[in-house]
Amino acid sequence: MDRRKYLKTLAAGTLSTGVLLESCSPAEKQVKQPEDLSLVQGGPARQPDEIARFKKITAEKFFDEHEIKTISILADIIIPKDEVSGSATEAKVPEFIEFIVKDMPRHQIPMRGGLKWLDLQCLKRFEKPFSDCNGQQQIEMVDQIAWPAKAKPEMMQGVAFFNLIRDLTATGFFTSQIGIKDLGYAGNRPNQWDGVPQDVLDQYGVKYDEKMLAESVKFEA
Amino acid sequence: MPDFQIKKNPKTYDVCIVGSGAGGGMAAYVLAKAGIKVVLLEAGPLYDPAINTTQLKWPWESPRRGAGHQGRPFGDFDAAYGGWEIDGEPYTHKNDTKFDWFRSRMIGGRTNHWGRISLRFGPKDFKRKSIDGLGEDWPIGYEDVAPYYDKVDQLIGIFGTKENLPNEPDGIFLPPPKPRLHELFVKEAATAIGIPVIPSRLSILTTKLPNNNERGACFYCAQCNRGCTVYGDFSSSSVLVKPALKSGNVDVIANAMAREVLTSSEGIATGISYVDKNDLQEYQVFAKVVVLAASAGESARLLLNSKSTKHPGGLANASGVIGKYLHDSTGVAMGGVMTKLFGRKRYNEDGVGGLHVYTPWWLENKKLDFPRGYHIEYWGGMGMPGYGFGFGMQNTNGKYPGRDGVRKEAGGYGASLKDDYRYYYGASFGMAGRGEAIAREDNYCEIDPTTVDKYGIPVLRFHYTWSDYEIKQAKHMQDTFQEIIHKMGGEITWGVKGKEDDYGLETPGRIIHEVGTVRMGNDPKKSALNKYSQAHDCKNLFVVDGGSFVSQADKNPTWTILALSMRASEYIIDELRKQNI
Repeated sequence: MDRRKYLKTLAAGTLSTGVLLESCSPAEKQVKQPEDLSLVQGGPARQPDEIARFKKITAEKFFDEHEIKTISILADIIIPKDEVSGSATEAKVPEFIEFIVKDMPRHQIPMRGGLKWLDLQCLKRFEKPFSDCNGQQQIEMVDQIAWPAKAKPEMMQGVAFFNLIRDLTATGFFTSQIGIKDLGYAGNRPNQWDGVPQDVLDQYGVKYDEKMLAESVKFEA
Repeated sequence: MPDFQIKKNPKTYDVCIVGSGAGGGMAAYVLAKAGIKVVLLEAGPLYDPAINTTQLKWPWESPRRGAGHQGRPFGDFDAAYGGWEIDGEPYTHKNDTKFDWFRSRMIGGRTNHWGRISLRFGPKDFKRKSIDGLGEDWPIGYEDVAPYYDKVDQLIGIFGTKENLPNEPDGIFLPPPKPRLHELFVKEAATAIGIPVIPSRLSILTTKLPNNNERGACFYCAQCNRGCTVYGDFSSSSVLVKPALKSGNVDVIANAMAREVLTSSEGIATGISYVDKNDLQEYQVFAKVVVLAASAGESARLLLNSKSTKHPGGLANASGVIGKYLHDSTGVAMGGVMTKLFGRKRYNEDGVGGLHVYTPWWLENKKLDFPRGYHIEYWGGMGMPGYGFGFGMQNTNGKYPGRDGVRKEAGGYGASLKDDYRYYYGASFGMAGRGEAIAREDNYCEIDPTTVDKYGIPVLRFHYTWSDYEIKQAKHMQDTFQEIIHKMGGEITWGVKGKEDDYGLETPGRIIHEVGTVRMGNDPKKSALNKYSQAHDCKNLFVVDGGSFVSQADKNPTWTILALSMRASEYIIDELRKQNI
């Protein structure tokens, strides 16, 4: 099998040495993806105790409806829909946050306590919890805690909470299908690495020297 | 009432191997190919990277987006199941010293998790005591191991370039991949200040191996640590154990946790007693020769737990050295961002699963205040996002001018923040030193007198401290990294550490290169094994993991474990034929 066909076979998802050898035979036989390899459901890549842990975590609910509602509003304030891609909630960031705080219990108190802190601030200011405030009020509140360098000393617990939810929202978003596409990450597929594209080398004023070019792996055109 | 009967395997094998990582996999391969009947015990489950794969999965296919957890500390997609802590299998520490012990119980062991960095030890690395008076010389030299390094290169495959450096011997190399963009920057900067940067040497098939149709070529997804479905890189499971099984000469017993080496009344090894992790029953398997390859820690533990009237201090331990001279590589890391890469153009720069260039040790110790050297590994670029992506943006986006040339207020939210993640993506880089520590008698593991694991097997207790040598070496790494980063025009964002933090020197064990616990030597009073990895006081017992190392070198140990295991296995074949064992 030539290299181009080899890559194509790999890209088709028929990844296994068995398949590879089959495809190399004259018949070029193709075999279907054998089974569900989902990491979520288990599959052969997961050990029994990992599957048990997953089942236990997903059977429990950590945040209540009010908390999830607040998280969703905050997540979309942090990562809104724009001309490039959708919003945090479209990328299912709240669902990710629900999972990750159960998987990493160290986030539980800062998240739960931070949400409570936020509601109490809003009750004092607007006599309503955060999620019941109007958009303008919500932004007024967020502006108190979203800018660490200029936040007032009495807002620092809120700043710490907002830093955390900003982190979790960004990670949840940019590891989602929507977020990866937005970011333009171009890998995770069978390919041939033949060096940095020429226009990029030119942009940064670097080049491959003759030794590198002579000794590096070469690919068929 | 549980059944306490010990089940004895009726078959007697030629060789019983404990552990299926680099050392055990190689022994199984060489012995099986020679027609020797082998039983291979592995403390974890069966594993084949062609089937049990996480390769080419996207981050959203992991509910934790690739984050680590106790069973996979290097991330949810990492092939190696195990970690620093394993439920029911504790280890302890003496005098509040620190040593972190990484174990991976599965076919292939820790070869399922490693950087594929495959460096030969050089001539000096076998004779360090003769050079600086510290530690001990090996009973063998580079010329003894070189033919085996050659055979390992050809059997397993490695890329690299001929450089003719005195202590970094060249191998039989496949062509390397071209450097990535940040690697070109590193090379330019480091070379300008006299630090060499050469193509890395990784056991990854940039082209197919001649005469091997079982393994495909690398397709550049950068995910070797997830296990490769086409066997384009080296892991013991796919490259050694699988073909060994195909020979029909090997029986694998998975989930078999070895308890002790059985011996006869004459003190000769007769087999292994183990507990089956599935049914928790006790079993015994018998063989003419016993080969331990359970890891430096586990092999020492097994020997120390195998006491008898002939071997009162533990099997093959008349010298008393077993467990002593434990040493791991030193490690220091630092990283930052390159402002010129902000807003960079996107393209697929995954490359192979690791660095394309590295820095071998380049200085003369005579002019330095510490012995032994280190190599430098580099990383960076537009990797696949995972858990942790974007963390701490408030520390970055107020620090540098944005796309419009204006510096913003740090932190924030909304469309402008969303764009910051795009803008700063792919501008990070890092580097890490991996250096040689001195093997010392007072760095050791021993049997904890009061603690057993859930199988009732007495556990290891570690005693380990870094000396001034390693701390001064770490300081040198700090200074060097800062110099390189400065020259590159990079901004350091993490890793700068002072004296109070031992200059960022990692906790012992963290580099997962621990070796030295069953060291070889010519003097039976000062070593446990002879130069063929055979026990001085038990001629049918061999240790083929990192335990046999006399000193670690500033190289990753895997390639030397493979070469020495191959060498020991050929010796076993010879001795069996001569009926000496």
